[in-house]
Amino acid sequence: MSEALPLFFVSAMGLSLLLYVILDGFDLGVGMLLPFGTDAEKDTMIASIGPFWDANETWIVMGVGVLLIAFPKAHGIILTALYIPVTIMLVGLILRGAAFDFRVKSADHRQPMWNKLFALGSLMASMAQGWMLGAYITGLTGDVISVAFSILISLTLPALYIMLGGAWLLIKTEDELFDKAAHWCRLALPPMSFALLLVSIATPLVSADIADRWFKLPDAIGLLPIPMSCALAIIGMDWMLRRPKVLHAGYGWFIFVALMVICMMAAIGLAYSIYPDIVIGRMTLWEAAAATESLQFIFWGAIITLPAILGYTLYVHRVFSGKATELSYE
Amino acid sequence: MELDPFVLSRIQFAANITFHILFPTITIGLGWFLLFFRVRYTQTGNIYWEHAYNFWVKVYALTFALGVVSGITMSFQFGTNWPGFMERTGNIAGPLLGYEVLTAFFLEASFLGIMLFGKQRVSNRTHLISTFLVAFGTSLSAFWILALNSWMHTPAGYEIREGQFFAESWSAIIFNPSFPYRFTHMMLASLLTSAFLVAGVCAYRTRKGVDGPATKLVLKSGIYTAALVIPLQILAGDLHGLNTLEHQPAKVAAMEGIWETQKGAGFTIVGIPDQEARETHYALKIPNAASLILTHDPEGEVKGLNDFEEHPPVGPVFWSFRVMTGVGTLMLLVSWWGVWQLFRRDRLSGVALQAVSLMTFSGWVASVAGWYVTEIGRQPWIVQGLVSTTEVVAQHPSATLAGTLFGYVGLYLALMIAYMKALRIMAVKPAKSLEEGSNPLGTPLVGTTA
Repeated sequence: MSEALPLFFVSAMGLSLLLYVILDGFDLGVGMLLPFGTDAEKDTMIASIGPFWDANETWIVMGVGVLLIAFPKAHGIILTALYIPVTIMLVGLILRGAAFDFRVKSADHRQPMWNKLFALGSLMASMAQGWMLGAYITGLTGDVISVAFSILISLTLPALYIMLGGAWLLIKTEDELFDKAAHWCRLALPPMSFALLLVSIATPLVSADIADRWFKLPDAIGLLPIPMSCALAIIGMDWMLRRPKVLHAGYGWFIFVALMVICMMAAIGLAYSIYPDIVIGRMTLWEAAAATESLQFIFWGAIITLPAILGYTLYVHRVFSGKATELSYE
Repeated sequence: MELDPFVLSRIQFAANITFHILFPTITIGLGWFLLFFRVRYTQTGNIYWEHAYNFWVKVYALTFALGVVSGITMSFQFGTNWPGFMERTGNIAGPLLGYEVLTAFFLEASFLGIMLFGKQRVSNRTHLISTFLVAFGTSLSAFWILALNSWMHTPAGYEIREGQFFAESWSAIIFNPSFPYRFTHMMLASLLTSAFLVAGVCAYRTRKGVDGPATKLVLKSGIYTAALVIPLQILAGDLHGLNTLEHQPAKVAAMEGIWETQKGAGFTIVGIPDQEARETHYALKIPNAASLILTHDPEGEVKGLNDFEEHPPVGPVFWSFRVMTGVGTLMLLVSWWGVWQLFRRDRLSGVALQAVSLMTFSGWVASVAGWYVTEIGRQPWIVQGLVSTTEVVAQHPSATLAGTLFGYVGLYLALMIAYMKALRIMAVKPAKSLEEGSNPLGTPLVGTTA
């Protein structure tokens, strides 16, 4: 039991962060795309994420929460090392969340300002998360390679979120905004693919151990489905985004599903590279784990509540399924 | 005090948590008000209850959003600024925070979507349940975080091995000695804060002549709730104080400004505590009152600050306590006066309306002052008597901390101004369109005033 508990929690953390990237990823993407819509489109774009963004954002609290609960020693190391990007991300998330409400509750002439802050907040949070990812997978060393790599990821991770945002709009909107969303996705696809490639080659370069794991036969053959499904997803998206007729025929959701596949594969690949470390090259998840009795106490809570959370998350999505309509409190 | 990383980290944490607590203090209470409005509408069919809900749910949405975003900051700052706290007490603090996320955060955030925007998409019953779950979720969140906070004041159910805390009994950890008092005190504070907020805004609307029948219903609900809750709060506060005397006597000595251990100690109404000279200048005292309140015996002995090896900074604790109790007294006077007027002629006089509207944010002042009493009163400890605050701070360069502190405070001030302005815009909107028309959120037109 005590051996398995850290594994359970590291999986729960991975799942939370994966869900965060997919779910808040589309919110942040829609936020970054906001300046490119007309005034009416802006309202529809916000309406498409309105009922969800708050719950979506909770997954990052869950992710960092699990880190804190289950791996308190790693929690301090990781978060102190990421002090500046974390602060930028938090300021971005605050701006985004506050602007969501203020844009319709402040004075009329302030709405353009809050729209801009909504987009700026989304961009800040996305770039900061890219920075954090880059710093984390290069081992939080703070050396030149790590910094350069963090900058590269912070410039390209927003492309993934923009694609997720565009793909979300393909599900939630119609007509001109739908066509615009397809166009935005087309533009974001190459930088997103580049970012994915960067992350994939960086981890083996950082550590010889990781390189061995990926390129040694016969393991390498077993791992092939990961890069191959990503490549297929990218090719599929590219094919479909060039064919508006197919998208209009009701297959817009395919882009979102393809992106989910990519996110999942990236998560699995990353987990495979890093395991069993939690701070790469410094600390394994067993070294960082909290006391068994504490993990047991929260384990039972997690087993009962996580399915319930997933259940009512699906329920809320079902209530608000279909194309986005005007948000009304009444 | 020079600006070393420790001082800067403390100021930053204080700024963050002060800004954060303003919003949950409203939403925890206001959620139950909203449920009450919706239940009344369902029971009576009186459309004005629904109008009341439609008005206040917008305030709720805005307040909730600010609470969420400032709360996320808190969850990260434990790690970014106080990593030692989690390294030492992670086995205890982690699961409590974990249960807050698992049982409360997702619940409130998910059903908030249905509560705010789903009224046309689900049945009335489902909407009522969603509203209940949001109100329940915010209260449950308070339960867990106050369990942890109380444990930091009165640690129990643990053992320490090699400097690290290990859990021995979860029921002893959660229901630690100060938890029942602190939780009750905070829940009542939230109810009072939201009662004065709704009554204050409605009184303001009445004075501006933009009120309607719903305004009156809410004004009455607020005044009656406040009048009912404030005596309970005074009682709960007194019991909490006695509990503090038992477990953290130095905090109480600082609250009272008592330096020398004495029998028949007087209660200082006002005065200027001087930590250098170790006396309270110009003290205006009620003889024997402190002994009477604290020991329930006019000649009872109260331990003074000079007899503690460590004690908190006296001035901030002393003054915050007087602000809290002073505002509490005003709350009692204003709400009972309001009830008396409502009994006599079913409406408030002009002066009373002005008084109630001046009290709109009184709950904020009292709650923040109360938190300062208890948190500054725990210093120099982060876990009372066991872990000192200086031990757990992260050693970031002062320049970095000063930069982030400056950024946070600037952002918070700007958001505070925007929040007040938005509330004012909502408050002065005439009742005709506000309480009878429909106000879809999201059309550019509505941007003005919704």
